Amino acid sequence: MASRRVPLVLLACGSFNPITNQHMRLFELARDHMHSTGQYQVVGGIVSPVSDGYGKQGLVLAEHRIAMAKLALRSSNWVTVDEWESQQPDWTETAVTMRYHYGRILTECEQSTGTHNDSSGNTVALSSPCPQLKLLCGADFLETFKVPGLWQDDHVEEVVGHFGLVCVSRGGLEPERAVHASDTLLRHRRNIFLVREWVRNETSATEVRRALRRDLSVKYLIPDSVIEYIHQHSLYTHDSERINEDTALRPLAKQAVKSLDD
Amino acid sequence: MIVNTSFVFCLSILYQRTCSHYTAETEHHLKVRGMDDQSVTRVVLLACGSFNPVTNMHLRMFELARDHLEDTGLYRVVKGIISPVGDGYNKKGLIESSHRLAMARLSTENSDWITVDSWESLQPDWVETAKVIRHHGEMLAAEQSNDDVDTVKNAKKRRIDEYSGKSSHFTRRDGPQLMLLCGADVLESFGVPNLWKQEDIAEIVGRYGLVCVTRSGSDPHKFIHKSDMLWKYRKNIHVVHEWVTNEISATHVRQSLRRGRSVRYLLPDGVIHFIREHGLYSAESEQKNADVVLAPLHRYSDASSS
Repeated sequence: MASRRVPLVLLACGSFNPITNQHMRLFELARDHMHSTGQYQVVGGIVSPVSDGYGKQGLVLAEHRIAMAKLALRSSNWVTVDEWESQQPDWTETAVTMRYHYGRILTECEQSTGTHNDSSGNTVALSSPCPQLKLLCGADFLETFKVPGLWQDDHVEEVVGHFGLVCVSRGGLEPERAVHASDTLLRHRRNIFLVREWVRNETSATEVRRALRRDLSVKYLIPDSVIEYIHQHSLYTHDSERINEDTALRPLAKQAVKSLDD
Repeated sequence: MIVNTSFVFCLSILYQRTCSHYTAETEHHLKVRGMDDQSVTRVVLLACGSFNPVTNMHLRMFELARDHLEDTGLYRVVKGIISPVGDGYNKKGLIESSHRLAMARLSTENSDWITVDSWESLQPDWVETAKVIRHHGEMLAAEQSNDDVDTVKNAKKRRIDEYSGKSSHFTRRDGPQLMLLCGADVLESFGVPNLWKQEDIAEIVGRYGLVCVTRSGSDPHKFIHKSDMLWKYRKNIHVVHEWVTNEISATHVRQSLRRGRSVRYLLPDGVIHFIREHGLYSAESEQKNADVVLAPLHRYSDASSS
């Protein structure tokens, strides 16, 4: 008999510049882990590339990053690409992106399941409950909470406390340490799921771009279809790495303005 | 939830047939590195191992080795050969070579230069690596002398010849040089008693050559320094640094499969599909050869006691 598991959608925010096999591996590891808790049923995964307004060095156009993510995930039957965040003119806070997706998921869920009022007038879902949404991230993500000016306190509360994190670590105790070191994270530790990746696999998009600039092979690090796309559009050159070279990262600039206003 | 891998598999075949950018990419590669020079030695890379199953890491080693050798300006890598070991190797958990071969073939479908050879795996007994290299060396020499005859047997071989054929007028006389491609663990295994015959090591390293891909953390140079024989042939040992740690091991893949965990993106989709279809890698299959001595150890410890 299938026990009542909480349906769960995993959302990954990031540059995806470009998407790598390792990004997709994170989804697989996280799903296996959440299933092994016995409490969750992962029903979907969302890749949400950041908008061009993020201001990160070497960030190529969202249009390309979206196209590559779509090619890479063509063979996945549970992870999809969502363009909403990438289409926002300005950078969107992670909390806001999560709010958007959760709203969308709830609307879809309510439309498909429907509700009815029971005899006492309470609204009761007809079938399965609506999914929860959690943020899927790498271990380095927890470190970003420490960076002064990068996060608004209420956003940390919302992302970690209200939604929750599934954090894949690359061996080592850094995630545990990061949770321990932050009062906010520690308070919400039950909402932070740490997944250990036993096999060290350090393919980063930075390394992929470096190899591409140097005309070295990236085969088997990113899907063939993405390699083909990169060659077709001549992405990731020495020139493209200089995009946003002297620009402050949008979150930092935004927060700085905010603190001046205070 | 079962991933629709049959669809994926079809896609990858379709993809392979319709894409031709690799050849263009390779040509670009060669031009950038100014390798039209006739002094360039053509190289064939041979990887021996269990390939139980083949992983993206195995394929990545070929890519890293080719980049490294070509970057020296002295070599052009024209072909890679995966040679799965025969069942007589008696390694624990080693499944039938027919399956390992099939998976290796699936995994190289999208490569225009890596091939799979069944000779070693078809031998009834375990064959020493030195003999495997010798065999492939002879095959290459024979291909060389049959130059005029069209020995092309399949599309992949034709593709390989096409892009290596550019300066063949200059270099073909010498024939390509065969090198053994391995991880740092193989180099270190040279020091394990009874695993290798000393004359075999001398032949492999002295006559052919070694391309050793190493993970950050291990130091093959130190190992070469410590061994008189490896030191003597140190110029034939090419150490390739893998800066990005990538520890996908076949052992880990088998473990994940036994535990029902996802192995997606660790090995090609076509291989995952094949494993599912044939129900490979169970707790049972891992017990194969559990109490059997590894063939080389058996052979050489017998020899030394007699």
